[in-house]
Formats: sequence, structure tokens, C-alpha cells
Amino acid sequence: MYKPMNSSRHNCDVLVIGGGPAGLAAAACAAEGGARVTIVDDNPGLGGQIWRGEQRKPSAPEAAEWLRRAQTAQVEFIGGAQVYDQPEKGLLLAENFDGVIGLRYRRLILATGARERFLPFPGWTLPNVMGAGGLQALVKSGLPIDGSKVVVAGSGPLLLAVAAYLRKSGAEVLLIAEQAPQRRLLAFGLGLWNSPAKIVQAIKLKRQLAGVPHLTDCWPLAANGEERLQSVTLRRGRKTWDVACDYLACGFHLVPNIELAAFFGCAVHAGAVQVDEFQQTTIPDIYCAGEATGIGGLEVSLMEGRIAGLAAAGRQEKARVLIAERRRLHRFADLLNRTFALREELKSLPQPETIVCRCEDVSFARLKKQTAWRAAKLHTRCGMGPCQGRVCGAAIEFLLGWQAESVRPPVFPVRIGSLIRDTTLVTGQE
Amino acid sequence: MPEAITLSVNGHSVTVPEGSMVSTAVILSGATSFRRSVTKQPRAPLCGMGICFECRVTVNGRPHVRSCQIPCRDGMDVQTDE
Repeated sequence: MYKPMNSSRHNCDVLVIGGGPAGLAAAACAAEGGARVTIVDDNPGLGGQIWRGEQRKPSAPEAAEWLRRAQTAQVEFIGGAQVYDQPEKGLLLAENFDGVIGLRYRRLILATGARERFLPFPGWTLPNVMGAGGLQALVKSGLPIDGSKVVVAGSGPLLLAVAAYLRKSGAEVLLIAEQAPQRRLLAFGLGLWNSPAKIVQAIKLKRQLAGVPHLTDCWPLAANGEERLQSVTLRRGRKTWDVACDYLACGFHLVPNIELAAFFGCAVHAGAVQVDEFQQTTIPDIYCAGEATGIGGLEVSLMEGRIAGLAAAGRQEKARVLIAERRRLHRFADLLNRTFALREELKSLPQPETIVCRCEDVSFARLKKQTAWRAAKLHTRCGMGPCQGRVCGAAIEFLLGWQAESVRPPVFPVRIGSLIRDTTLVTGQE
Repeated sequence: MPEAITLSVNGHSVTVPEGSMVSTAVILSGATSFRRSVTKQPRAPLCGMGICFECRVTVNGRPHVRSCQIPCRDGMDVQTDE
């Protein structure tokens, strides 16, 4: 039935988990000081989500610059590998398609990024209902979108970026539905007055999306279809209407990926990893940078990555001069998260029969009979499937106020062979 | 021009540009869904970035592989739940 797994070992001074902007900046800054640095990422290529595919098809000059710096500083990259356990301090285990890799490190930088927040509504499990970033990622991975009709919905600045990207790729973007109220978006626009780069970016996006309706105070009530999506029902004020489409790209802003940090014992507050002025977590020698410390966008991620990389390589003086700039960027992040906070009405999106946990097909009615995560897991298997609650967790926290429980190994579902090989790698150390 | 890669999805030959993920090949093969849920509902990719596991398929005989995270290789054999 099962073939023995290959195993290999890898040593470095600084191990960076995640090769998006924060991880790339951290790795480059640490390696430029002479440290041996390795990035390990679940994705097959560098760039994370926002810079997905930049290695093959460069389009963002900033991405090219950081990729070049990392390469020049001889940062090693292990792609397509998921970190799932830490059998002892300084040793992580990762699984890839071929086997298990034992990663030895002195300092660790977590740059695990964020994922989209999904909210359940009737029909959201139908094929062709995807995340906004999800559809963009698939198009970047080769999905032909030319001529397809797409509704982009949910919340956050990602919606505009995705809509512009899809349109450029040949999709017909029918409309963008943003749940946030008009008045908050106006205040957000005003809050950008001291950030010329962001204003330029906003104007550019607006131009790329000319003619596409951008509706605020608007959200999807249902996705309709039998075997796949055929139309989406939208609501704005008292009005509800159907729009026929091929894809619904729908995500409600982002949530930090904190599972690995929580597994290592790093303190997490309000869904974000806690760090000090040098991006060090509450566990010595473990740093965290980028969206995992709180949603802030590209510029914050790069800045935090630079500080974490410098600090982890013992270059604190160089890191210290960046702290004031980071403070300024964090003010933008606060504004961002206030603007795209979810409205109360979205709590009534799921109907009793709506599936909330997609792995185990647990309905909202069954969940509501429970009192907390633990009871829900025990009685309904909610959050016990392969995604380990990564999709339903953020939704349930919003809908029912339950906090997810502690994270246990394996942090990621792995093959049984990877669990067996575990001991060999640990006891076979040099 | 990127190289073309040919692989098999549910026994159908599919050709994709190099760098495409297996998820793309599954969609191009005409398969309506990637997997069936525990109550037999059709499912397809949601997150596109390896988190939701809705796109999992069998690759070269190995079950539960996330198709959105695996690049296509020549001669790969992919099976969905259909």
C-alpha cells in the first residue's frame, strides 16, 4: 500500500517559513549580513500570494528587486514543503511530494502570511464560487478566464486588485460588491492623504476598472446553481437581485495565518502573533513578520520582514533605524482594518441548512446547538477535516464568537509515512 | 513560448503550458467537480492557495493531493472523485 518515504536533512542559521514579501525581505536582510538562510514554503515557487508567479512572469519591479537580493545573498529555497512538526528545539519537519525534510536552524522567522476570510451563505460550496484571491491564484496558475463573467464580492482592498487583474486577463467583471459602508470608504480615502504612493495606486486601479460598477453596502445573499454556479443573488439596502455569472470571487478581507506560531507557543492576541520592537515573538529566537502579526498590506510586510531579518541575524542597529517608518505604516494598517470591519448583517447570511464546515459538511443548524469549539468538534466533527478549521474557524468566530482551540501536531495533515519517519530523523542527528 | 506539458486527467489527455498547476489541468479536462464531499456534493477549488483542501485529487496513485499546489508534469496521472 504505502511506499517508504525519502528523508533528507538541511541546516541553516536562519530558517524563514514563507516566501512572500515579508519572508523574502527577512531572508535577504539576514543573508546580506552573512547568515546562511533558507526559505521553506508550501507553495512551489517564491513570492507568496501577492507576488505569485513573479519568478516566471515578472510584472512588479519591487518583487524582482527582492527576489534578486535574496538570490544574490545566496538564500536557499525549499518549495512545495509543509512544516508540520517540531520534534525538538531547533529541528522542524516538513513534508513535500517526495518525502520528509528535517530542517535544523538557530533562529526562526515566521512569515506565514494571511488567508481570505470566507463567510458561509447558501450555495457557497458550489463549484466556481471561490475566494477573490483564490480565483486570482487559479488564473495565475493557468486557469483560462478569457470571456468569463465574474462577480467580485466580499470586502477589502484585495477585491479591487483582483477585479483589475481578472479584467486584464480577459474576464468580464460584472460588478464589485463591497460590504463596507460608503461613509467608511470615504474616510479611508481621506486617510490616505499622507501616503502619495497609495493614492497613485488607487487612481491606477480606478482607471483599470473604469466602467465596472463598484457597489458599497452590498453583499451576496446566495449563490445559485445545481452542479455549479449559475447566478448570484446580491443585496444592497432593501433591494435584492440576481446576476448570472460564471464565477463568484468572494472573500471577506483577510485573517492572519497564526497556526504555526501558536504551535510553537508564541503569544497570539486578537488573532495576530504578538511581537516586540524587533519582531521577536514571546518565544526567544522565533521572529514573526508580515500579515501573521496583523493585516497591514505589502509595505508593512516588507518593513517587518526587513526588521525581523536584520534582528535575527544580530544586526539590531540596522533594524532600529527602521522602527519609526514601521510605526507610520502601522497607522495605515489600523485604518485599513477599521474600514473593512464586517457588518453585523452578515451574521444572518447562513441559513439553518447552509454548510459551514466544508470538510465534514456540518450545517449551521447543527453547529448552533453547540456551545463552543470543543463541543462542536466532539459532537459534529466541525473543524476536524483536512483544513483543520482554517476555513470555518474564522467564519465561526465571527458568527458565533467561538475561539479555536490550541494547535497540536501535525500542524498540517501529512501522510502516515511522514509520522513514522519522524523518529529516524530525530534520533539520527549528527 | 512556454513548453507544453501533457498529462492525463481521468484518462483524458490534457495539454497545458509549463508552470500550470494540476488544478488547471482538471478544469481543462472538463471535469465538473474535483471531489465529492462527505454528503456527495460536488466541490471545486475555493482558496487557490493550499488551505481549503477542496481541490484535492489523486496524483500518480497518491490520494488527497492539493491540485492547486502541485505543478503539472509530463505523463502525470490525475484522478478526480467523479
